[in-house]
Amino acid sequence: MIRVELPAHLRTLAAVGKEVQLDVPAGATTADLLDALESRYPVLEGTIRDHDTRRRRPFVRFFACEEDLSHQPLDAALPDPVASGHEPFVILGAMAGG
Amino acid sequence: MLVGTRKGAFILTADGRRTEWTVEGPLFGGWELYHLKGSPADPDRIYASQSTSWFGQLIQRSDDGGRNWAPVGNRFAYATETGTHQWYDGTPHPWEFARVWHLEPSLTDPDTLYAGVEDAALFRSTDGGSEWQELPALRDHSTGPDWQPGAGGMCLHTIVLDPSDPNRMFVAISAAGAFRTDDAGATWKPINRGLRSEQIPDPEAEVGHCVHRITMHPTRPEVLFMQKHWDVMRSDDAGESWREISGNLPSDFGFPVSVHSHEPETVYVVPITSDSEHYPPDGRLRVYRSRVGGNDWEALTNGLPQEHCYVNVLRDAMAVDELDDCGIYFGTTGGDVYVSPDGGDHWQAAVSNLPAVLSVEVQTLP
Repeated sequence: MIRVELPAHLRTLAAVGKEVQLDVPAGATTADLLDALESRYPVLEGTIRDHDTRRRRPFVRFFACEEDLSHQPLDAALPDPVASGHEPFVILGAMAGG
Repeated sequence: MLVGTRKGAFILTADGRRTEWTVEGPLFGGWELYHLKGSPADPDRIYASQSTSWFGQLIQRSDDGGRNWAPVGNRFAYATETGTHQWYDGTPHPWEFARVWHLEPSLTDPDTLYAGVEDAALFRSTDGGSEWQELPALRDHSTGPDWQPGAGGMCLHTIVLDPSDPNRMFVAISAAGAFRTDDAGATWKPINRGLRSEQIPDPEAEVGHCVHRITMHPTRPEVLFMQKHWDVMRSDDAGESWREISGNLPSDFGFPVSVHSHEPETVYVVPITSDSEHYPPDGRLRVYRSRVGGNDWEALTNGLPQEHCYVNVLRDAMAVDELDDCGIYFGTTGGDVYVSPDGGDHWQAAVSNLPAVLSVEVQTLP
């Protein structure tokens, strides 16, 4: 079981609290996490990554374990503390004003 | 009244006097609501375009007049290979979907609607917004590589359906111009003859004009009114040719243009000082009305701020109702929404201090 923190707008869309918990297989990657998240909450499709290119939207960021994982390949394995559920995987909107 | 703003949507309601308004909202707070519009065939069916630069595009649908909403389809995939259009500096730039600017529900089927998007393309849904298919012939037009963005992006912002011919539709793109289809989107024709734009190398080019808005009266679909980047224009032959009707306007720059519901020759515009000064001349917010189809315009000021007013009225932010007298409505980038229940003679703010208003639509309910 992994923990995912969502930004406020996406919590509203998905009708969930700050954190959701997802089942992903051992050795899961960021892409696996996003697949599981979108499968559970289809309304989030297209809001975090592009429908077709599957690339992260430019103003979305991925943090975990006090590291910015945004620029890591989506097929990179999740950090162990995230995979074990000790640390959340944080999805947030970039600090870009507005 | 369905009001889209930079930070959410608002629904305003009033009785036929249109003087006491109840304000509900914000709906979708914090999101940009470029446009909301109800189905002419079922006023309980309302569609809304919801987006942010952070989390992209959503389409919301209500089946109960705006009390409850649910997201529907948000996948806008170009149907054919996307080439390039011109970027601001004249270099080729790949076509990329950014957002939905305008939603135009079918006149007869609540489940069918069109979406005008940035980068410019036209999409259609026939299942209430769940799935979207592009009508690619427009984007694939031979002039497409020459289109370039206006300041707000390269957007298809205006969709006008011909009530007398379901196969005929008009669209406008900034900055490409106006286009018409007579075969339900299978082919498109630029309809920009008579437009003159000094901001492009050939001022009378087939495409490249920054058309801001087109409108028609439903009883006279051959007659179109246009607010261009500069110039207010009129066509009496469904866009085959245009002539300028700016006449005595203090400035012919602006964004919206509307037609009175019951007087097809009565037209409204909101002049803005210039392309570099997007606020009313002299700091006075004035709607201008022509009762003779253009050229002869009168300022409407009663109830509108006449000093220190430096707001803009965007292209989708003006509407008319179907009551008698016809009501005229517009919203400003300063967050005020003004209503005239008597065709423009008297105005009052229905609500003030909203976020910047992007769109105003009105439903006249029984």
